[in-house]
Amino acid sequence: MRAVAALANLDLEPHEVEAFARQLGDVLTHAEELKQVDTTGVSPTAYGVAQQTVDRPDIVVPSMPIADVLANAPEREQLPRDGGFFKVPRVIG
Amino acid sequence: MTLPPTVSELRDGIRSGALSASDTCRLALDRIETADGSLNAFNTVSADRALARAADIDRRRGEFASAPLAGVPIALKDNICTRGIRTTASSRILETFVPPYDATVVERLHAAGAVVVGKTNCDEFAMGSSNENSAFGPVKNPWALDRIPGGSSGGSAVAVAAGMTPLSFGSETGGSIRQPAAMCGIVGLKPTYGRVSRFGLLAFGSSLDQIGPFGRSAKDCAIALGVIAGLDKADATSASRDVDDYEAALTGDIRGLRVGVPSRMLANGVDPDISRALASSLDVLRARGATVVDVDLPHAKYAISVYYMVATAEASSNLARYDGVRYGLRIASDDLGAMYAKSRAKGFGAEVKRRIMLGTYVLSAGYYDAYYLKAQQVRTLILRDYDEAFNAVDVVAMPTSPIPPFKIGEKTEDPLAMYLADVFTVSANLAGLPAISVPCGFTASRLPIGLQLTGRRFDESTLLRIADAYERDTEWWKQQPPIAR
Repeated sequence: MRAVAALANLDLEPHEVEAFARQLGDVLTHAEELKQVDTTGVSPTAYGVAQQTVDRPDIVVPSMPIADVLANAPEREQLPRDGGFFKVPRVIG
Repeated sequence: MTLPPTVSELRDGIRSGALSASDTCRLALDRIETADGSLNAFNTVSADRALARAADIDRRRGEFASAPLAGVPIALKDNICTRGIRTTASSRILETFVPPYDATVVERLHAAGAVVVGKTNCDEFAMGSSNENSAFGPVKNPWALDRIPGGSSGGSAVAVAAGMTPLSFGSETGGSIRQPAAMCGIVGLKPTYGRVSRFGLLAFGSSLDQIGPFGRSAKDCAIALGVIAGLDKADATSASRDVDDYEAALTGDIRGLRVGVPSRMLANGVDPDISRALASSLDVLRARGATVVDVDLPHAKYAISVYYMVATAEASSNLARYDGVRYGLRIASDDLGAMYAKSRAKGFGAEVKRRIMLGTYVLSAGYYDAYYLKAQQVRTLILRDYDEAFNAVDVVAMPTSPIPPFKIGEKTEDPLAMYLADVFTVSANLAGLPAISVPCGFTASRLPIGLQLTGRRFDESTLLRIADAYERDTEWWKQQPPIAR
């Protein structure tokens, strides 16, 4: 559970780890029923409706103003001429 | 008893000038003001914007002469982005999020003359079947205030069922429109995967998600689908097929149509009142000239297991974006990784964390083949069952939910029991098929029951035609809960 929580970037409380272990155990036990199904040679389905790759002309169109994009950020730095960036804790040295 | 006006009556009245969009909007806002204190269907009511928009429609009435939803008040599930109106997905992590753009469906609804009166409560990130997983409290069923309205689009269903708005929109990943429609006694339609653009819908399971309407009648849903359906350049999975004239499909004539019933699947686990309601509704369809035959869907019983592997896997990936960097809640930390993990732990509720954990697990090294890949293979078999059934029948009929709405809090501690109640709805999402729920009766304790019809891909017209024909011979859809009167 703790390894999965780390993969999922979730800082879980001990009581959550305990409850999820039990509840996810129930769901996975139920899902064991899939082992009864013979899927030899059956291809997996990713989409219920067949998908095809769509081409489009490579034309520049206006993007959203950077100020609008930054407006919801918990921490940001707005720069002149529609510039700016999201701020995060120091990552490098 | 006088019934509230239908969507077409409202828009025709507003287009001709017999009704004013402003009065219509005020009436909806008054209803919300009166009823929503006890129902909790709305997260945000955008009264000022709505009134300004309605006044604008009244002023420029001529420009809306052919607008299919001229002046019609609508409510939107709070996971559909609205420019300038808070969109929370009923989650603490997005409590203050104000989208800088409109979802494509919202743009189309605006162009059609609709007036957005507010954003509706739902299960957090659309994960749930009871609307109890909202950071802003559960929504109540208007037929019994101590019971769930269904979920995840519970607030949108209640907005229509309680007469607050004539039309609303929700989203589906595994039954989140049909199931609350059934439990609230109204019509709910999940379109074919790709029929409606997902651009601006906060993603849960990208291969399963679709936006669809709630209305009091099949006709109201037909009008709404006509507005939101169609190709969108912003969604590569949206379909380029032409959009049918859904209103024109409502001919009342269902002679010769073949309705399949998977009786083997329905033999156990269905509430007896619900079984009886299904049997009576099949009689109504027979009397109108449809033929009812048995069909077999041998792999449908595995749909819950497949769904909870596939949907949670997709969710674990989609919800990775909520990390406290670009939007939403941030818990400060000196370390970037700790900031992510603490922000997500604080911002997400229990059910969302549970599903992210499950999805991460089934995708992780060593378990991928046994769970995720296996589920995707069984998904193929479920799909083939339906495709084979549709060689013999035009639609498949069954109850929308095997159980009536339960008491709030009754199943909170047992997620698996809650998941199992989705048994009749998840297959349509896995196979990408359109499906509709129509009111077809009440239990002995007067809780609504829904009849579900599932159709061929892109054949919403046949579903709506049968639902409309059924409504012509029944009164269930005209019933209103006491709180709506």
